[in-house]
Amino acid sequence: MARIVTLKILRAVITLLIAVSLVFFFIRLSGDPALALAPPDAPPAVVEEYRTRLGLDQPLLTQYLRYIGGMFQGDFGYSIHTGRSAQSLFFERLPATLLLGLTALAIALGLGVTLGLIAALRHNSIIDRFVMGFSVFAFAMPNFFFGLLVVLSGALFFGVFFGGSGATRSFGQLLAPAATLGLAAMGSFARFTRSSLLETLNKPFMTALAVRGVPPRRRLLRHAIPNAAIPVVTMLGLSLGGIVAGAVVTEQVFSWPGIGRLLIRSVETRDIAVLQFIVLMVALTMTVTNLLVDLVYVILDPRMRGGQNG
Amino acid sequence: MPLVVKLSLIFLVLFVLFALFGTYLTPYGYRQTALMHRLEAPGLFGSGSEYPLGTDARGRDLVARLAVGAQVTLLVAVAGTLIGAVIGSALGLIAAARRGYTEAAIMTGVDVQLSLPIIIVALFVLAMFDSSFMLLLFLIGLTGWEAYARLVRAATLSARNQGYVTAQRVLGASALRIYLRHILPNVFNVILVQFTVNMPLTILLETALSFLGLGVQPPMTSLGQIMSEGRDRLLNAWWLTLFPGMLIFLLALSISLVGDWLRDRLDPTLRGRRMT
Repeated sequence: MARIVTLKILRAVITLLIAVSLVFFFIRLSGDPALALAPPDAPPAVVEEYRTRLGLDQPLLTQYLRYIGGMFQGDFGYSIHTGRSAQSLFFERLPATLLLGLTALAIALGLGVTLGLIAALRHNSIIDRFVMGFSVFAFAMPNFFFGLLVVLSGALFFGVFFGGSGATRSFGQLLAPAATLGLAAMGSFARFTRSSLLETLNKPFMTALAVRGVPPRRRLLRHAIPNAAIPVVTMLGLSLGGIVAGAVVTEQVFSWPGIGRLLIRSVETRDIAVLQFIVLMVALTMTVTNLLVDLVYVILDPRMRGGQNG
Repeated sequence: MPLVVKLSLIFLVLFVLFALFGTYLTPYGYRQTALMHRLEAPGLFGSGSEYPLGTDARGRDLVARLAVGAQVTLLVAVAGTLIGAVIGSALGLIAAARRGYTEAAIMTGVDVQLSLPIIIVALFVLAMFDSSFMLLLFLIGLTGWEAYARLVRAATLSARNQGYVTAQRVLGASALRIYLRHILPNVFNVILVQFTVNMPLTILLETALSFLGLGVQPPMTSLGQIMSEGRDRLLNAWWLTLFPGMLIFLLALSISLVGDWLRDRLDPTLRGRRMT
C-alpha cells in the first residue's frame, strides 16, 4: 500500500510540474514576459532589471530553472492593473469563492446523493423517473442561463437583487448562486449514486445476505450503501473541476466578488501575472483533490491495496 | 423509440433547418441596425412590433441574429466535437498500441488536463494570443479529449486480447492494419457514445465563453454572444436572454437524450450509466 501511495504522490507532483512548465512556455511564446511581470509604470531601468532577473538573455533552460526558483520564494509577479502582487489579489478574493464553491458542493452532494438513493430504492417509480429527468436537465442546462433566470425571477417576484460585496449579502443571495453553481454536479451525483446503488443491490453478495436472514434495513445500511459509496467518491474529484469551471461563469452572472471575476478581468486586461497565479492555484487545487480522491479510494476499496497499478 | 427521443430528434432537425435557412425567414440582415426600432418587444407576444421575436439594443432583428447564432454555435459544436474525438481517440489508440513510454506520456497528458478545467485553459490562452475564430475553435475542440483517450485506450486494450486480433496477427497482418481495420471499428461504439456526451459540453463551453465576451467576437455572433449583449438589459429586454438561452438548453438537452438512448441501444450492459 505504501508503494501505491508513493506512486500516486509522485504522479501528482509530475502532473503539477508539467502544468507549471506549460504555463511558463505559453507566457514565453506570447511576448515579453518582463513587461508582463514588472510593476506597472515601471521605468525602463526596472523593466531591464526584471529582464536580467528573469534572465531573458540566458538559455531557455536557465530561465526555466529561475522561474521555478522564483516560485519557491513567493515571487509570482505584479498585476499591471493595480500594481499589487498577484498572490495578494488572489488571496483577497479567495474567501468569497470558497464560500460560494463549498456551499455549492454541499448542496450538490447532499441533495444529489439523497435523490440518487431514493431513486434507486424506488427503482422505476415516478420518483425514479423524476430524478433521472432532473439529472439530464441539470447536465444540459447552461449555468449562465439558469443563473440569469434566477436573477430575473428574483428581481420580478422576490425583489432580490444581486450585487455588492460578499459580506453584506443575505442568506438568499448566497443560496441562489450556490444552487446555480451546484446544479450540474447535483445531477451527476444523483445519477451516479442511483446507478451505483442499483448495481450493488444486484450483486450476488446481496442475495447471499438475504438468504442468511440479514434484515433488509441492515443489508442496506451496512452493506449496500458503503459499497455503493466507493464510486461516488471518485465523482467528487470530477465534480470539483466542474465547480471551479462553473464558478467563473456563475460569479459573473451574480456579480459575486470572487476569483472567477478576477480571472475574467485579468483576461480582459491581459494581466498576465494574476492570470498565471490563478491558473497555477487551480492546477494545485485540482491535483491535490484528485490525489486525495485516489488515496481515499485506496483506503475504501480493499482490492486496491493488493498492489495493482492504479 | 421513446417519445422524448422522438421529440429530441424532431427538435434537432428543426434546429439544423433553422441554422441553415433561418435567415430566409426574415427580410432583415443580422447586422442591419434600425435606430427607430431599438429594443422592441417580440411581436409574436402581442407588442404590435413588426419583429416577431423583437429587436436588440441596436434595432437588429432577433430572428436573423438567432439564425446566424445557431449557425455558428452548430458549426463550432460539430467541428469542435470532431477535433476532440479525433485527437483523443488517436492518442488513446496509440497509447494502447505502443504501451511503454508512449503510453506513460499520453496518460500523463490526460492527468495534466484533468488538473486544469478546459475553460481555464481556454481563458489563459485567449488572454495570451490574439483571439481568432480558428484558435477559439481549436481550444473548444480540446474539450474532453482526455475522456476519449482514456475510454479508447481501455477499449483497445481489451480488444487486443480478443481471438480475432490474434487470428489476424497469426495470419501476418501488419500492426497498422490490425489497429485501423479491425480494432478501430470495434471500439467505434465507445467513440460514438462519448461523442454524444461531449457535444453538449462543447456547446456549453462555446456559449459560456461567448457569453463572457471572450468567445465569438462581434460583428460575428453566436447564441452565447447574443445573451452576452442581453445580460445588462435582462429586466427590460428579457427576449434577448430567453430565446437564445432556450435554444442552447434544448439543443444540449436533445443531444443528451438521443445520446442516452443510443448508448442503451449499442450497449445494454451500460444501461442507466453515464461517464461524466
